[in-house]
Formats: sequence, structure tokens, C-alpha cells
Amino acid sequence: MGPRLEAESTQDLHGLRVAITGGTTGLGLALVREVLGRGAAVAFVARNGELVERVAREHSGSYGIVGDVAKKDDVYPIALQIAGRLGGVDVLVNNASSLGPTPLALLGDTECEDFERALATNLLGPFRLTRALLGALGASAREGRGAVVLNVSSDAAINAYPGWGAYGASKAALHHLSWVWDEELAAEGVRVLSLDPGDMDTPLHALAVPDADPATLKRPETAARELADAIAAALPRRRVHGAPAAARVAAEERRT
Amino acid sequence: MIAADQPIQRPPRARLLVVDGCGRITHAPRAAFVDLLRRGDLVVANDAATLPASLHGVHLPSGADIEVRLAGRSSLAADDVDEFAAVVFGAGDFRTRTEDRPLPPPLAPGDRLRLGPLSATVAALLDHPRLVSLRFEGSPDAIWAGLARHGRPIQYAHLPAPLALWDVWTPIAGPPVAFEPPSASFALDWRALRALGARGIAFATITHAAGISSTGDTELDRRLPLDEPYRIPVATAFAIRRTRAQGGRIVAVGTTVVRALEQAAARDGVVRAGEGVATERIGPTSRLRVVDAILSGTHEPGSSHYELLRAFADEATLRRADRALEAGGYRTHEFGDSVLIERRARGVACAPVWRHRATA
Repeated sequence: MGPRLEAESTQDLHGLRVAITGGTTGLGLALVREVLGRGAAVAFVARNGELVERVAREHSGSYGIVGDVAKKDDVYPIALQIAGRLGGVDVLVNNASSLGPTPLALLGDTECEDFERALATNLLGPFRLTRALLGALGASAREGRGAVVLNVSSDAAINAYPGWGAYGASKAALHHLSWVWDEELAAEGVRVLSLDPGDMDTPLHALAVPDADPATLKRPETAARELADAIAAALPRRRVHGAPAAARVAAEERRT
Repeated sequence: MIAADQPIQRPPRARLLVVDGCGRITHAPRAAFVDLLRRGDLVVANDAATLPASLHGVHLPSGADIEVRLAGRSSLAADDVDEFAAVVFGAGDFRTRTEDRPLPPPLAPGDRLRLGPLSATVAALLDHPRLVSLRFEGSPDAIWAGLARHGRPIQYAHLPAPLALWDVWTPIAGPPVAFEPPSASFALDWRALRALGARGIAFATITHAAGISSTGDTELDRRLPLDEPYRIPVATAFAIRRTRAQGGRIVAVGTTVVRALEQAAARDGVVRAGEGVATERIGPTSRLRVVDAILSGTHEPGSSHYELLRAFADEATLRRADRALEAGGYRTHEFGDSVLIERRARGVACAPVWRHRATA
């Protein structure tokens, strides 16, 4: 069999190691399914142990990790299990999100604790987990596999929607963090993306807008497909399964 | 030397003692180590993250409190976590010096241990009453989750406060396979990696399951380091070949990198990519075939790390370096200061030191 067609393999995530936070519901669960379907090994993180166990059982090739990215003391144990169980990590999707106050509240009515929770889940958690896994991501980049951090953003990071202050402020900060980090890591070959998946029919959206008509919302499966395409596009081109560096060295060895 | 007793990986005043290939000794701030390298050199570091390898629990047959320190493993495979070599201590923790720790109860094959959420069995004694082969029960997922929840980094009495994983993971930490941190890499941060790139110095990594540095038992300590599995990525093997072909130097960050690269090149001097197990001890009679210089912590004479340094510099030079470390108030242990030792020059005429100084 010759090399796979490029059009097919550019979307392919075969052999990659992907970690997804908030992986038991909504967009996170759809992403677990999407990247598994593209041939990746997946570790996902969520707070509810029973749910984690059920999703892991129902999706062979996935590893469930129980933890809360908003808690400082949980982050390294999560990173340990991700890098340990997958033997490293090529793609990290910081998807777990908190709305802050629910029901949504005007900023003047927002409790500080609710605001802090939004920052802890949507900003500090992704920062800490990315930093803990940055060595593993850097190694993937050096080995020619490529490395991508995808931070799930929102149009509330850009637009001023009344009632979305805590969430919007935390996502705006995450967006900016992604932007700076991508710049800083360009030379190391690690990409940091911040993408808005759109308004989806997910538990988080239902919590924010309980009376929304699901028919007007995007299916999380559609958003997951788009995000997986974006991840694949940000990775080095993979003409054949395996790292480009491997092919280079093989060619070098043939010459000598 | 002074024991570094705070878990600060890169204290701003960290120092570097430099021994060049002619045995000349100079001092530098450690943050400036990149300036001591040359365009075309290759820096190779160990990217292993550190396991929380200290597990407190109970020896079920006797009911005695014990501490198990995981110390070795046959491969780096992510799902190969059911069996480890381990050193068993009696009651107590790192606050007591290892040599003063009470012995564990007599251990026998088949003994069951409860280590927090983990259950394990002593599969065999490894020719020593405290060194055992330990088998965990449960799936790899459950073992990883148990280690994450219950394990603590191995530490010693010179650090009074309990360590967290973030204290011992180096900035480049990737796969968690080391039993103690490959602490020479504490010196590397992302700013240093950027500085290397800017100066035309390449950077590559290997993954090496660094073992434990001390057990408190003279006989066991003599057996260190235990066999250590490693992995050399294709990109790293390629970078080493390219660097050597172009006359650059291979600079190892830490003793584990020396051990892995020299083992991988033992057959014919060529470092090949792939997994292996480092079984050779490196010492004064070893001929280094790959590594030209080592960045390392400061080490006590007699330790296996010190023996490895003897492959780079002769006894008299190392003794002078020790005296300079002592006189200069350098700090020792994993969070201490560092040395950069260039392999002694072969077939190169070294200018007398006084002339070097005169022209410097």
C-alpha cells in the first residue's frame, strides 16, 4: 500500500495523543468521539467519577481521568495521568468551562465567588494545565509530531453581552493568553489556538439560556468536526502515518 | 558544601562552576550557561517528568506502617505499570534521614501491601531484604489514578517542607517515568531554550527513567543506579549525528543523559533511535564516545553520580573542583548549584593556566 491520499490524511489524527477537559458532556464529549473516530488516543477529564467511568467504558481507546481543572491541587495529578497514560501528549483541548453565576447575572449582581469560579475554570485552569504539559507538548513538536493547544473560546470573549460578564471576561483573558502564548511558542513549534465553536445545543448553553430553541443552535458534533479540522490544519502535514522527522532520518540513513 | 533546603528550581543567584577540557576552573552565574556554549553545539536533556514514587501504607501480614519508594521499571510503556522495583522503609517519612530510618518488617514473596487506594504484592526479593519486585493490582488506569492520588515525590531530610509534583517537574518535563527528578534540567527554562535557538545551538531531548539517588543502606547504595529504561527519539539521534558530523559538541544536561547516550552508542559509537535499558555504569575507566560536556548538579565523592563525572575529568581535577566548590560556598543537592565539565582534551595541547590567564 502506498502513502495515503493527502486530502484524507490532512484531516487524520491517527497515532496522535489528545487530551480533552470537560469530556463527558456537550462539546467535550462530541470532541472525544470525533478525535477517536480520526484514530487518536484520547484522555479526557471531568469532575464526576461515575460519568467519567461510563464515558470511558462506552468509548474504547479513551481514558477517563477524574479531576477539577479549577482546583490548583488537581492540576498536576491530572497532567500526570494524561502524560502517563498516553505516554506524552500532542494535542490539549481546554474545553471545560464555567458560566460563573447561574442563572446569568448582571456584573453588579455577580458574587465575587462566582466570578472567581469562572476565572479558575476558564483561565487559571487552562493556564496551569497547559504549563504542566508544556514539556510534553514541546517534545512532540521537536519529534516532528506537532503540538497544538486548543482553547475553546466564545463570541462572549469579543462582544459585550449583558449578563455574560464573568464568563465573557474570563474567555477574553483566555483568548489573549492564547494569542501571546502562540507567539512565544512559535519557535518551539507549539501552536496555541483560541476558537469560538458557536452557540451550541449543550448543557452549558441550556444553563445560560434555558428557553433557547435547540433547533436554532449548532449541533456539538458539527462544532467538534470543525475544531478537529482546525487541529489537524495546525499540525505539520502528515503525508504518511508517522513523524516527518522519521522519514527524514530514514532517507538520511539510506544515503549513508 | 551548603545544602540547598528550598525547592526553588532556578534561584536567581544559582552558580555554575566550569571545568574546561584542560582542567581550568572558572565561575559563572548559572543563568549564563548558554553563553559558554558555541554555535553548532547540541544540548541534550532528559525530559522525563517525575512520578509521585513515595507511597505510604501498611504491610498487611504484620500490620506495620511502611513507606515504599518505587525505584525501577523494565520499560517506559504507558500501560506497563503493574510491576516496579521498589525500596521499602519502615515507619516514618522523609523528615528522618534515610540512614536513620527504621527497617521495614521482614518481607517475603506473596506479602500484600495496602498503599492508600492501591493494593500490591511483593512478587520477589531482589537479593536484598529491602529491595523488592512489587506487583500492583488493577488496570493501568486504576494504577495511574492511584499513584496520582496517593503518591508523593520522593524526598530527603535536607528539604524540610513536603514537595509537590510542581516542585519536581522540570520546565521540560514530559512523560512521567523518572523516580526522582532529572534535576540538572531545573536549569533549563523556556527563556534558556529561546536563547539557545537564537545563538544557533540546537536542543534535543531523550526520556530516561532516572532512578533513586540514595537508600540509606550502604549495600543497596552500592547497587545504584539500577537498570534504567530510556528512549531516544529519531529527531534526537539525527541531531546528534548532524552535530558530530559538523564538529559541534554534545552537551548532556544531567548524568542520565550521559548514561543513555553512551549505552546507545556502546556497540559502534553511533547513537541510534529507539528504546533501550541503561545497564552500564560509567566511571573513571569508561571511554565516552558521544558526550563532550556535562551540565550537572554538584555531587558527593563516592556517589554513583560522582563516579560518572570521573569519566570526564581526572581525579586531581575533580578534587580541585571540589575544593573550589567548598571555598566558593556553592550549594549542593537537587536544588543546588551546578557544574559544567568539559571532557578532558585528547591530543590537544593545553596551555599552562598562567598563560591562559595572561591572555584572557
